[in-house]
Amino acid sequence: MGADALTLSFRNRELAYLILVGVLTAVGFASVYIARKSHVSAASLTYAIFFFVLYLAAHVVARFTVPSADPYLLPLAGLLTAIGLTEIYRLGPANAFKQGLWVVIGVAVFAAALIFLRQDYRLLENYKYLFGLGAIGLLFMPLLPGIGQTVNGSRLWIHFGGLQFQPGELGKIALIVFLAAYLREKREVLAQGRVKDWGPLLVIWGGAMLVLFATDDLGGALLYYGIFLAILYAATARLQFVLVFIVLFLVGSAAVYQGTPHVRERVVNWIQPWTTHKVHCALNGQMTLRQDCASYQEVQSLYSIAHGGYAGTGLGSGLFTTAQGHPLIPYLSTDFIYSALAQELGLIGVSALLLIYMVFVLRGFRVSLAANDGFSKLLAAGLTFGFALQTFVIVGGILRVIPLTGITLPFVSYGGSSVIANFLVVAGLMLVSDRANR
Amino acid sequence: MNKQLNRLALVAVLMLVALIVATTYWQAWAAGSLAAKQDNAVELVSQFQVARGLIFASNGKTVLAADRRVKRNGQSFYFRRYPSHGLAAQTLGYSTSALSQTGLELSLNDFLTGSTTNLSNAIQRTLDRLGGGTVYGDNVTLTIDAGAQALAQQLLGNRCGAVVAMNPHTGAIYVMASSPTYDPNLIDKPGGYSKVLKTTGTCGGSSALLNRATDGLFTPGSTFKMVTAAAALDSGAFTPTSHFVDPGYCEEYGKKVYNAGNPDQNGPESYGGVTLAQGFEHSINSVFCNVGKQIGAKTILEYARKFGFYATPPLETPANQRVPSGLYKNNKLWFPKDPVTEVDPGRLAFGQFTMVATPLQMLLVGATIANGGVVPRPYIVKRVIGHDGSVISRTRPTTLGRAIKPQTASELTQMMISVVQGGTGTHAQIPGIQVAGKTGTAETGLNHVYTAWFVAFAPAENPQVAIAVVLEKQLNGFGGAVSAPIAKAVLQKLLHR
Repeated sequence: MGADALTLSFRNRELAYLILVGVLTAVGFASVYIARKSHVSAASLTYAIFFFVLYLAAHVVARFTVPSADPYLLPLAGLLTAIGLTEIYRLGPANAFKQGLWVVIGVAVFAAALIFLRQDYRLLENYKYLFGLGAIGLLFMPLLPGIGQTVNGSRLWIHFGGLQFQPGELGKIALIVFLAAYLREKREVLAQGRVKDWGPLLVIWGGAMLVLFATDDLGGALLYYGIFLAILYAATARLQFVLVFIVLFLVGSAAVYQGTPHVRERVVNWIQPWTTHKVHCALNGQMTLRQDCASYQEVQSLYSIAHGGYAGTGLGSGLFTTAQGHPLIPYLSTDFIYSALAQELGLIGVSALLLIYMVFVLRGFRVSLAANDGFSKLLAAGLTFGFALQTFVIVGGILRVIPLTGITLPFVSYGGSSVIANFLVVAGLMLVSDRANR
Repeated sequence: MNKQLNRLALVAVLMLVALIVATTYWQAWAAGSLAAKQDNAVELVSQFQVARGLIFASNGKTVLAADRRVKRNGQSFYFRRYPSHGLAAQTLGYSTSALSQTGLELSLNDFLTGSTTNLSNAIQRTLDRLGGGTVYGDNVTLTIDAGAQALAQQLLGNRCGAVVAMNPHTGAIYVMASSPTYDPNLIDKPGGYSKVLKTTGTCGGSSALLNRATDGLFTPGSTFKMVTAAAALDSGAFTPTSHFVDPGYCEEYGKKVYNAGNPDQNGPESYGGVTLAQGFEHSINSVFCNVGKQIGAKTILEYARKFGFYATPPLETPANQRVPSGLYKNNKLWFPKDPVTEVDPGRLAFGQFTMVATPLQMLLVGATIANGGVVPRPYIVKRVIGHDGSVISRTRPTTLGRAIKPQTASELTQMMISVVQGGTGTHAQIPGIQVAGKTGTAETGLNHVYTAWFVAFAPAENPQVAIAVVLEKQLNGFGGAVSAPIAKAVLQKLLHR
């Protein structure tokens, strides 16, 4: 009886929070509309309604499939999506329309995942090697022009011709499922140090290194490897394993640093983005200051952030183009959306944004802690830690905490594969949470 | 396993905390230093979101600088236009879409962008910005008289030179014209800047961008006799009636320095017995050569310093567009350690040697005599008015101190009246108004090519306007013949006669 009252109140709470998010979304779009009414139409406000209806649909699915799941995750994801959608809309209304479509697909995938796995998601454990192979396949997909084309040309994406898809985002989810399942099974033997069980893990290490080397995707490599170490530590409780793998990573990274000019450039830009003397510019072959060439994007992004100050310029009033209308920062609505938000929302606004991420992460770990079995715990922890690490890698890169690598900011950046992958993260956490609370 | 999970959660939270700390660093701590970076494109663009303040001539109607609004991506940007097409171009300067700035556009930038305001304005500006409204800069009214300025520019034509005029009591600049000049609207147009650079006027190889009134150094020639005479009278060594014999030359270091080399002098080559006042009236070099020899270079330079030489004259234009006057050595301002041995006092006395002066400095000499011996502090910004009509700042006239006694000033005035009445400056006579002036015709090193000066003020008994005119590289052009008529016309315009 008591449980019934509790479950009811969980979903009702979720609904209440979602309504709040819906109101905030409306305020956000209204504020963009007011600031830019000469440029955008009042019809933009329908985005808020459309968006609210989508999340309401997700809520209804959750109500029937995972009634006991954590009530905060979906509204928090909704809030982050809304912030992203508002900013994407402000930067380019056409992109917001596409992003809206991706959210539709994301909600559909979310619903499908909940519906298919509502009985027992733990059967995924049985297909762990499939997930492992799938992860590697997805990670390497961009390298293979044939497969890459097949993906882009597959029926699902034909409708949205101009949209790009990063298979690595889904590869990340597959990797987490594989690691959670494999390490749950082998954690004891691994902790005892049986060498042959290390095989698959060394394959993963080699894979991450290869991806890093072959695609120059430093951010991706950092992310996958970080997730791997987190799950390895959670499963074995052996800090020394983590340290060994960190050393291996550093050795590999040093080799890559020597071998790939792209990675070296990122590190140099990180250490010294401003030069007072002219250095060789690879873009035009001339001698220029580094801030005018290689580190231009990083430096201008920092200027954008600094311009926001404490209170920001206000949604819709930020400066992202030259007076002639040319964009100041490339990839603003994808990798660099944080610097756009920082300018318009200011320190107060983006600190709040980061706190939203923090609440989401804490809820995720709470789900992991409350789970009853090893696979569930590792799955929830892996999904959550991956979410936090991805935020850290991109925002930390923008803020010069670490070298900059281009990956998306979860839920906020413009990009379809990212949206779908993040909805899968929420679905996974809600499935685990529902089971634990049942 | 929960212990590890708690630790992982801690790591995740710490990562996010690090991001908040880093964001705080960039947005609060480092924001100021980033905003000051040269390559900060965001700050550069944000300057164009401010509707830059207008710049008016002293009548408050003639617009020297205005804004052109451009809408892009739903945001308004404001670019400069100059409706008066180059009236006081070098003084006004320009502000381009690449934010290259000169002149008052550079030095008054904080006012024009509304950055220097009182508290209530600052709050209003913040509210405007947050509300997405336009931020307006402050409007500036100059002391420039639009009519006289245009006339001076027109009279200079394509000759190289400058005309500066001021109120000798307050220091308010009425005219600051430099020629050749340019249309600041051109600067931002494709190919416009190089076109401006090619504008050299009749003197050749000279830039239209240079503000000759404050940044051009010219040999003052006989106009420097005002300083020498002031030193001679004020120090008590001579009176206007002191007697001299002019044999047509002056003897220095055992050599004869002939008056014949002085193109400014009128009348006979040798005047014989004359007074100091007559020597001034006819610009006789031998008289001043002897004055110089007697009072010495040190005294002359000390008086020059009192008139403002050896210091960059104060004005609201950027400091790098103004230069100090004085003796120069190797293109550097030079004050001799031992004037007795290092300076030829005779040649210094009639404004040759290595003495160079800006038109503004020679104007200050004339204005000081008109002002009873007190050097007025020149200014060109009359007032700054906020967009809401509130007064941000209003210039109060001050002085740079006393240079000579009132008695000396009135004696010099009489001598300068004689110059216009019957001496070298008769072309400056205005019917019904007593004009006091001094001519100057300095050698340039080229045969028969002179720097022609005229410094004057009027009405002599109650001076309202002081003026300095210089024309460069005038072939057989004497100060009294080519510069005095310009001074006369501009004086008439300013005195409404």
